[in-house]
Amino acid sequence: MTATDTARHGRARTDLRDPGSFDHVGRDAGASGFVAGRVLAELAAADDRIVAASADLTWVTQLDAFAAAHPDRYLQFGIAERNMITAAAGLATTGLIPYVSTFACFSGVLAFANIRTDLAYPNLPVRVLATHAGIAMGYFGTSHHATEDIAALRSVAGLTILSPAGAAATEALLRGTVDHDGPIYFRLGRGREDDVYAAAQDRGSTPAAPAAPTAPGAPTELTAGDDVLLVGTGLTTGSAVGAAERLAADGVAVGVVDVHTLKPFDGAAMARLAAGYRAVVTVEEHTVEGGLGSIVVEALARRRVFTPVFTHGLQDEFALIGPPNHLYRYYGLDADGVATVARRAVDAVDRDRADPSRPLWTEADRQEVLAAARR
Amino acid sequence: MTVTSPVDLPTLQRKAIETRLAVLDQVEVAGSGHYGPAFSCTEILVALYHGWLRLRPDDPGWPQRDRFVMGKGHAISALYPILADLGYFDRAELATFCRLGSRLGDHPDMKKVPGADFSSGSLGHGLSVGVGMALGARIRGFGSRVAVLLGDGELNEGQVWEAAQLAAARRLANLVAIVDVNRVCVDGPTAEVLDLEPLDDHWRGFGWHVERLDGHDLTALGAALRGVADRSADPDAPPTVLLADTVVGKGVDFIEGMAEWHVGYFAGVDADRARASILSMYDDPAGARS
Repeated sequence: MTATDTARHGRARTDLRDPGSFDHVGRDAGASGFVAGRVLAELAAADDRIVAASADLTWVTQLDAFAAAHPDRYLQFGIAERNMITAAAGLATTGLIPYVSTFACFSGVLAFANIRTDLAYPNLPVRVLATHAGIAMGYFGTSHHATEDIAALRSVAGLTILSPAGAAATEALLRGTVDHDGPIYFRLGRGREDDVYAAAQDRGSTPAAPAAPTAPGAPTELTAGDDVLLVGTGLTTGSAVGAAERLAADGVAVGVVDVHTLKPFDGAAMARLAAGYRAVVTVEEHTVEGGLGSIVVEALARRRVFTPVFTHGLQDEFALIGPPNHLYRYYGLDADGVATVARRAVDAVDRDRADPSRPLWTEADRQEVLAAARR
Repeated sequence: MTVTSPVDLPTLQRKAIETRLAVLDQVEVAGSGHYGPAFSCTEILVALYHGWLRLRPDDPGWPQRDRFVMGKGHAISALYPILADLGYFDRAELATFCRLGSRLGDHPDMKKVPGADFSSGSLGHGLSVGVGMALGARIRGFGSRVAVLLGDGELNEGQVWEAAQLAAARRLANLVAIVDVNRVCVDGPTAEVLDLEPLDDHWRGFGWHVERLDGHDLTALGAALRGVADRSADPDAPPTVLLADTVVGKGVDFIEGMAEWHVGYFAGVDADRARASILSMYDDPAGARS
């Protein structure tokens, strides 16, 4: 049975005759990392404070499982995101715990003031599920990208920003934060990210494989080394893990740390980790101006840890048009790209030529990817 | 060259068919696309660009030109072929649709697409943009007209109504909002998601001149747009909204009316069936399928 058949929940079925055809509902059902609808439906069965809402993106963000299980606690706001987020604040004042779901571009970017003034200022327990963050919307273009949301939202007092790496972490953090006092911005992907924690558990390791985070807190050390520390968040943690596997084969001792909590950020824990390496590379699906890279640089500088930090991500720019996986390759955010950047970081430090002010992923690297995509 | 001259009906119908076929071709390149909302507004775009908007494709930045804002930017695959047809860029570029480094994304970028007057994709912004353009044209003495295409679901965005207030209060008769009333948004029928009918009364209440028409009737669209042009220099006339009743997915008989086809992909035999359905659109003199 194809995903198209399982995702309809009674919606009209088109008379299609080619297995390669798909419609809107069927296509997005392929994204198994979208666990919020199912998890919240389970939680809500035992907790009548939980309500969920979307602004005309029920299917795309896969809250339909919740809507089907709890129709009386599912709210459709239509294409009106700012109203939805402010109304969620009102819902929260009545003792409910609202989970509102839309793309990151229409929450963290479009509705910044609503999150700041109506959720954070009164410290209300609203959870914003911001899907398709970064450049996950690919060729939909800049209107649908969110490469500024971390920078903007980390300046909002009292807001918690969680950025789980894959399905297991998303589920664990959703379950672990129901009673969290105050608003949470869940920065989520498109549901196709590597499931980093599930993979680690499957693989096993010594010492014990790290468990998925269940509460806001210190970054999780996934692997340890002493040459270069790769710092990821969300999708890029998966890329960092992939890069570490490639580099281990070359004898480079790579550490990987997952920043599942961007705010409040445990800078002391990060500084302790970074002090044990010769170089740090932060990797983010976001501009390096104000995002993960800035967060790490600030944390280390404030604690007088002088390991060079190379910030890898989008520079001061809007992304090109292209399919998501092509864009990740173009910006060096896939495992191969991160491995290249990490090698260059080690090399620069070895030769005492580290200049973290210059991107290690260059225009020439991008042009090479572009040329390959055009062939 | 300034494009203004009226175009005969068979030519307009042929343009509408060619545009839809080009949408199929672009979606084939991308492997995914907005069929439903592109097909519901195809005749509206054809009526605007062939006979109403005064443009100079060889001089896209001509200051006195009329402006068009694609509020519902997700239907842009129906506009790219029209812009190419008018000579803004080479038709061959349609084959790069959504590919890495393309100028032609699934929502338009005015900095990249010759002939695109504004960038869009985040709903609810377009009418505000059009209001600014209409005010600016008035201040600069350009005599330009401004058209904004909105979706009916988009009217749920509150910012639309902020713009509507200002346009009416400032008597922006050179502004026309066209609502593609295709009756669906992503999650389902607009009547279920967040109903806003009667649309006529809402717009009238905000002080607009309101006309409701069949958004696939090229003759009716042409007549209504001529009325806008006639009123556009009248300092006491209100802005106009054309509530264009349409069918989402119009022309591809097996998806017409279905919200599921906001985004999708026809492979193989389904692409062939879609093409055949579009080619037969105007072979139906009684209009039995419309």
